[in-house]
Amino acid sequence: MGAKMVNFGGWDMPVEYSGIVSEHIAVRTAAGLFDVSHMGEIEIWGMEAIALVQHVTSNDAFRLSDGQIQYSGLMTEEGTFVDDILVHRFSPERYFLCVNAGNQDGDFEYICANNVFAAEVDNCGVRYSQLALQGPRAPQILARLTPVPLDPIRYYHFVRGPVNGVECIIARTGYTGEDGFEIYFAPEHSEKLWSALLDAGAAHGLIPCGLGARNTLRLEASMCLYGHEIDRTTTVWEANLGWICKMDKGLFLGHRALERQKAAGLRRILAGFEMEGRLIARDAYPVFCGDREVGRVTSGSPAPFLKKNIGMAYLPPELSAPGTEIQIEIRGQKAPARVVKTPFYKRVK
Amino acid sequence: MYPTDYKYTQEHEWVALAGQTATIGITDYAQHALGDVVFVELPKPGAKFSAGQVLGTVESVKAVSEIYCPVSLEVTEVNTGLANAPEKINQDPHGAAWMVRGRATNPGELSKLMDAAAYQAFIAEKEKETQT
Repeated sequence: MGAKMVNFGGWDMPVEYSGIVSEHIAVRTAAGLFDVSHMGEIEIWGMEAIALVQHVTSNDAFRLSDGQIQYSGLMTEEGTFVDDILVHRFSPERYFLCVNAGNQDGDFEYICANNVFAAEVDNCGVRYSQLALQGPRAPQILARLTPVPLDPIRYYHFVRGPVNGVECIIARTGYTGEDGFEIYFAPEHSEKLWSALLDAGAAHGLIPCGLGARNTLRLEASMCLYGHEIDRTTTVWEANLGWICKMDKGLFLGHRALERQKAAGLRRILAGFEMEGRLIARDAYPVFCGDREVGRVTSGSPAPFLKKNIGMAYLPPELSAPGTEIQIEIRGQKAPARVVKTPFYKRVK
Repeated sequence: MYPTDYKYTQEHEWVALAGQTATIGITDYAQHALGDVVFVELPKPGAKFSAGQVLGTVESVKAVSEIYCPVSLEVTEVNTGLANAPEKINQDPHGAAWMVRGRATNPGELSKLMDAAAYQAFIAEKEKETQT
C-alpha cells in the first residue's frame, strides 16, 4: 500500500498513503477510506441501561430512538471529559458506544465504577473493526456493495445490514465534516472489506486515507480531538460543546459542577483562529494578546482545502469574538492571527 | 538517486562543494519522511553559520523540521523561489530545490560527512528500525 506508519495508542496506524494533501482533497471532493479499527466499542444493556448512560454522559440519551446516534461527553464529577463518545441506541435496553482508542479501558472502568444500576457493561473493542468511508461520493460507492437502501439513513442514524456479504452496523457519521459512513463489523472481515470498498470506489475517485488527513479534516470542520481540545481539565461549556450538555435531563455526573460554572461564568472558551501571514501555528504554541500570554494552541495546522493556516485555542471570553487580533508565538516571533467563526469549513448540503 | 558528488548528514541535509562554494538542501529521504512540504524559512544573504547550527525551518502539513547547517557557511545566495513553491522540495530535493549557497569557511568539515553510499546504508538502517 505504500503507507507511512506510526504507533498510536499501541496500534500501528497509517499516517498517510499518497500524501495528506491529496487524501484530504479526495475526501472533500470525492471520497476517502480510513481504517479506524483502533476506535473502541463498549456495549451497555439491561433494564436500567438507559439510567447508566444518562448518569455518566452529558447529552440526553432519553431523546434517542432506535437506530439513532448522538455525540456525547463521558463526564467526570467536575464536568470535564473522561472521553467524547458516540452513543448508538439499538433498543431502549441496549446502547453501543464508540469511544477513543486510547481511552477505551479507562472509559470501561469508569462506567463500571459508576454502574449502580441493573445494567451490564461490555468492553467489546476486540469484536469490532471499523472503516470510515467519507466524502460526497460515499453513498454511491457504498450502494455498490450493499442491498441496504442508504438514502433513508439520515445523518446520525444507523441500520444493520450486509456490506459485501458481511453483517455490519452502517452509521451515517464521520469525523471529516463530509457526508459518509462509519461501518462496524467483525475483525476477521477487515482486509476483504477494505479491498472491496477500494475496488468499488476506484472509479469514483476513492483513495485510502491515513490519520494525518483524518486530523486535518476534523480540524477544518472544527471537531474536537481528545487530548487536544478536550480532556479531564476542560468542561463542556469551555469546549463550546453546550449542545451536547442537557442540564434539564436530570442529574448526571458533573451536573452540579457544570451548573456552578455556568452561574459563575467562564474564564476561557475554545475559539478558532486563522494565521494572517504564512507562518503555521502548531499544537502547544503560546498564544498572546500583546504582551500577555493568554493561552496555548490546542491544534494547529495548514488546512489543505481552505488553503489557510488555522488552529484552535482556549482564550479568555473577551478575546474570543471573531475579528479579535491575537498573536501566536512561533520560533520566538509573535505571528499575527485573527479569531474567526467556527467551523472553518462547512459542507454545502 | 543520491548524487555521488554530494556529502550527507545524519540530519538528512546534503551539501555539494564546487571550489569554495557550498550548496545545501535536504535529502529525498527527508522530503519523503516529511510529506507534503508547505512552508520553508531560510536565512538572508550575509548570514553566517557554523556547522550544526540551525539554518532554517521546513514544514509539511504534519510536521516542523529544522534544517541544520552541514558546514560552516557564509550565505551568499538563497533559493527565494521556494517560499512560493515549497512543493518543489518534494519534487526535486537534490536539484531545483537547493536551499542556500555560500562560501564554506572551513571546507575540511566535509570530510566528516557521509558519502552517498554511506548515507544510503544509514537510511536503510533507519528504515529497518521503523519497521520493527
